[in-house]
Parts: sequence; structure tokens; C-alpha cells
Amino acid sequence: MSILVNKDTRLLVQGITGAEGRFHTEQCQKYGTNIVAGVTPGKEGEKIFGIPVFNTVSKAVKETGANVSVIFVPAQFAADAIMEAADAGISLVVCISEGIPIIEMVKVKMFLANKGTRLIGPNCPGIITPGEAKIGIMPGHIHKKGRVGVISRSGTLTYEVVAQMTALGIGQSTCIGIGGDPIIGTNFIDALALFEEDKDTDMVCMVGEIGGNAEETAAAFIKENMKKPVVGFIAGQTAPQGRRMGHAGAIISGGKGTAAEKFRAMEEAGIHVCRNPSELGKTIASVLQ
Amino acid sequence: MKIHEYQAKEILKAYKIPVPKGNVATTPTEACKIAEELGGTVVVKAQIHAGGRGKGGGVKLAHTPAEATKAAEEIIGMTLITHQTGPEGRLVKRVLVEEGMKIVKELYLGIVIDRASASPVIMASEAGGMDIEEIAETSPEKIIKETIDISAGIMPYQVRRMAFALNIKKEIFKDFSLLLTNLYKTFIEMDCSIAEINPLVITDNGRVLALDAKMDFDDNAQYRHKELIDLRDFDEEEPLEVEASRHRLNYIKLDGNIGCMVNGAGLAMGTMDIIKLAGGEPANFLDVGGGANEEMVENAFKILMKDKNVKAVFINIFGGILRCDVLAKGVKQAVENIKVSVPVIVRMEGTNFEEGKEILKSADFNFIIASGMMDGAQKAVATLKTGNR
Repeated sequence: MSILVNKDTRLLVQGITGAEGRFHTEQCQKYGTNIVAGVTPGKEGEKIFGIPVFNTVSKAVKETGANVSVIFVPAQFAADAIMEAADAGISLVVCISEGIPIIEMVKVKMFLANKGTRLIGPNCPGIITPGEAKIGIMPGHIHKKGRVGVISRSGTLTYEVVAQMTALGIGQSTCIGIGGDPIIGTNFIDALALFEEDKDTDMVCMVGEIGGNAEETAAAFIKENMKKPVVGFIAGQTAPQGRRMGHAGAIISGGKGTAAEKFRAMEEAGIHVCRNPSELGKTIASVLQ
Repeated sequence: MKIHEYQAKEILKAYKIPVPKGNVATTPTEACKIAEELGGTVVVKAQIHAGGRGKGGGVKLAHTPAEATKAAEEIIGMTLITHQTGPEGRLVKRVLVEEGMKIVKELYLGIVIDRASASPVIMASEAGGMDIEEIAETSPEKIIKETIDISAGIMPYQVRRMAFALNIKKEIFKDFSLLLTNLYKTFIEMDCSIAEINPLVITDNGRVLALDAKMDFDDNAQYRHKELIDLRDFDEEEPLEVEASRHRLNYIKLDGNIGCMVNGAGLAMGTMDIIKLAGGEPANFLDVGGGANEEMVENAFKILMKDKNVKAVFINIFGGILRCDVLAKGVKQAVENIKVSVPVIVRMEGTNFEEGKEILKSADFNFIIASGMMDGAQKAVATLKTGNR
């Protein structure tokens, strides 16, 4: 079955007429994703690759039955776009936009708490169920349908892991990029719980990075609640203290959030730890056997 | 974005938070004049973007304008080394000259966004003046916290709870309450990532004021704070990092000798890690990003080559949105436009990697092609050992 997205997903693209939105709409559509609507205020009536454009999300949902939205709008409008989608009853919002002010994300989290909407991201590559739906900016061709779930805070590092798996003939059930910001929608624990429940996922690979303590709390969750094996990696073993490593959330502050601490927590939770990012595929293969 | 103490205090003042009287000086003569105007004992404080200034000799007490001049002479132009500057220290260009005062109580007060609760959190402690990280380490029970619901804002019961926990006397409660409420307002309205008063002092005559202030701002919110642009002090930043930011590149200088160019923050960190695993030391973190064009790649390469410690370059690209042919063209242009005398190891995977390899082959430069991350890292380390091209 995979998790969250599949061939029945009816996708809406917010920011479909922008350069990025347009480019990735085409890529996702070519991959086979069922894109039913686009939204750009003031552009209603236009068509992008045959997809009707609406002024508002609520109208797009009403007319097309869209149930998942992907957001490509500039960062300063992205928090508003997430809330608009949630208000229109979209059940899953995937926000690709990078650079949303953290205070706006605090408001978004508050707003979503009372709605039945799940958020993935922001500042993430998106989510893909190979062979069914690609919702985001990841290169589709490196994926292969299969039974390993992937959760990651980083984009290209996920591609690296996925490509290694595919090269070894190991496919993926669903791959989720949860995003590199300090405040995100779906976190490791949410995604792990979904994979644990999914009958078509046999094991999970989680790729974390320095900063915060999401990996530590995920490790505790895995120890208590998961029967499926988990392989884990943390990027940033060589990162210095107090410097933001590209991602807004990737920072070791006050000696907390180091890779060493996270690896230790993972090992204590019985996660199959891999310290060499070029050997993640091999580690997954050995655990599968 | 970080700012200086004197700049943070200007902002606090605008939000009606009491700060000591004083002014900033760039010469001893100016410092003398400020001391004369203030009268009495003054404090002369080095202005750099780092804590621990007192211990490093960057804060001096002066009882007369003459002493203030002397203190400013000693501090301006010194290279101040603290636990936050690193061993190379920081050149001091300005001092803040402020009125002295008799302190009866020192508190810590700070606001940050807590990731776990996705909310602003106010932290306070009676162990003021100390490094909050040190307090958290040695006596975490001395830190009290209030999580703020951003839709309600800071509520009076939270201020009361904090005041009682900090043993704030009844006579000064009103002033404390106002200060705390205004600091929260500053934090939210200015998009701070940290707003810290350490110490917050209570004087012998019952004044409550911010003796020191530290502010850091959310870079993502800069578009709505044009007033902050002029507060940025480029002298406090690594010159190569400043140059990289002008080209929209994410670059952080490190101490090793293998320069890295990577797309994506996670992969860039992973590349640094694998260089270390292969026995080398990364010279930098560099994420050229997903939307990089040839020009950005060329600029990135030039920045790497400006670091004189770099003895080899490892380019690790997983082409997704950034196509390998675009990258290769940028790198080719760079090596043709600048004299590159170190080995360059390239690992390319993903979108259009074959075109990319052909472009590199057509360049008048002998690139070393790697077949994976580990292979690339090992080849980079090997070139350092043999000194080969």
C-alpha cells in the first residue's frame, strides 16, 4: 500500500504558474502523478500542461476533488499557502518552499493543531511512492518500487541513499523528506509510526542530521514501539559547534544536537547504525537478509 | 544575523526596556568625552560578536575620564580572545562606555523558539551573569521556563509565576513585569532567534535594567526587517563567507585542506564526514544549492581556491534539479579562467551525469573522476599524500 500518497492521490499545485512550480509540475506529471488542479491568485482560467488553474484552494478543491497539495510559492507567502490549503480541507500538504520565518511556522503549527491536515516540510524535497505518485522535487528515475521506507531531513542525501538501494536491487515503499527546518510538520516519529503500520513496508531507513533532538526522541520511540528493523545515519559528524550547516535546523548549540549523541541514542535503541554514508545501501541489504 | 551589544541596547530602548546610560566610541578621545558627560564611574566594554569579553580583558572599570581614555586605548585595537572567538581572537574596533552602578541582584533572562513545543520559551535564572549553557550543564534546576502560546502572547500569570520563582521583590514587580512583557514583544516583532539579557540587574536604588544584551535574528525573516540591514557588521564575519553569501552560496570555512563543493546541505555534511572517514580534513562546508547555475558554480569554485589551505578539491554532486552538465560547465569555466594548481576530484551521479563527464573531459585540465562518495574522498586524500596531480 505504501503511506500517505499513491495512485489515487489527487494533487493540487499551489504556485503552479511560477518557474519552479511549472517545472516540477511537468516532472511530477511525467512521472505519473495525478495532478488535478493548480492555484495562482489572479490566474484562474489558465491551463498549465492541461491542468486547470484556480484563484483559491477552496474553489480548486470543490471543482476537482483535490486531496493533496504541494506548495512552490516563495517563502514569504508559504505559511499563508499552508493555512489556505488546510482551511480548504486538504488532508496532506507538502511544502517545498525554503526560508519561511520561524515565527510563521509557530503560527502554522498552532493553526494546523485544530485541523485534520498533515503537513510535510517545509524546506523539504517532498514525498514519493515509487511507481505511483511523485510529489516534490526528487529525481523520479532513481527510485524503484519496493518494501523499504525512507525518512530523511535532507534532500540530496536521500537521493544518495535511494540510488544506492536501487543499484542493489532494493526498492522503496515510500520516501519522505521531512525537511531541514527547526519547526516542521510531520516528524520522524509520525513517519515511523505510519511505516510500522504499513503492511507493505518491511524496514525503514532514517537519515538524520545534527541539531535539535528529533533523532533522539525517534530512537526512544523505535525502542518502545517498532518491530520492523531500522537503519540509521546522521550527517554532520564533523560539523563545528554553533554554525548553521545550510539547513536552518542543522546547528549544534550549547554542545547539544551533536552527531555523536544521536548515534549513541540510535545504538541504544537497537537501530542498525551506519556511520559511512556511502555504505547505507549495503547496510540495508545486510539487515534485509 | 548577529549584532553588537550597543545595537541590541538601542533596540531594547526603543521597546522601553531600561538600559544603562552610555554611548559607543571608536577612539579613546570619544570614550573620554562620553565618560565626562556621564560623570562618575563608567564601564568600558569591547564590542565584538562574542561572549566572555570580561574574562578576556575586554571590559574595564574607569573612575575618571582619564581612566576611561586609558581603558579605551587598551581595548580598541586589541585582539580579544574569549571562549567564543576561537584561538585567533577578534579585533576590537569599538567600545561601549556606560554609567557604573551598584548591583544588588543579577538575573538571566532569555527568549528562544523551542523546537519540541514549536513555541517561544522564556528562560530565566537567578544565576545571572553566567553562561546559560553552563548553568544548564551544571545546575539545570536553576533555570525556570515558561512556554508561550503565540496566539495568546505572554500572560500575566506567567509573569507572576516567573517573578515569584526569581524572588523578585514586590516594590520592583511592576518594572520587572513591564520589562519581561516588552522583551517578549521585541522578540516577536523583530523576528529574533534569540533575545537575551544577561545579566538583568537590580540596583541598590531599585532600578531594573539590561546590563548586557545579545540578539540574533532569523535570517529567513530579513525581508521584512529592512531596518536591520545597516546593523550587520561584515568585519565580524569570515570574508570568504561574506563573499559566498553575495553569490547566494552557503559556505562555511573550516580548518582542513580538502575543499568540498556539494549540492544540498545534508549531502554536504555527509561529504565532510566521509572525507574524515577516509583520513582527511574538510576545508569547508559548501552547498551550491538545487537551483545553481553555471555562474554560481564558477563562483563557488573560485571561493574554494581563495582558501590558501586548500590542497585538493572534492566535488560531489547528486544531480537532481541541479543537472550535472550545468555543474560541469561551471567547473570547466572556472578552471579555464583561474589558475588551478591543486588536484580536483569529481564525483557526479544523477541527472545528465554522462554529459557532465564529457564536458569535463573536454576541459584543458586533468580532473580525477571518482565512482562514488567514498572513492572520491579516498582519491582526494591520496593526492595529498603523493602530491600528485
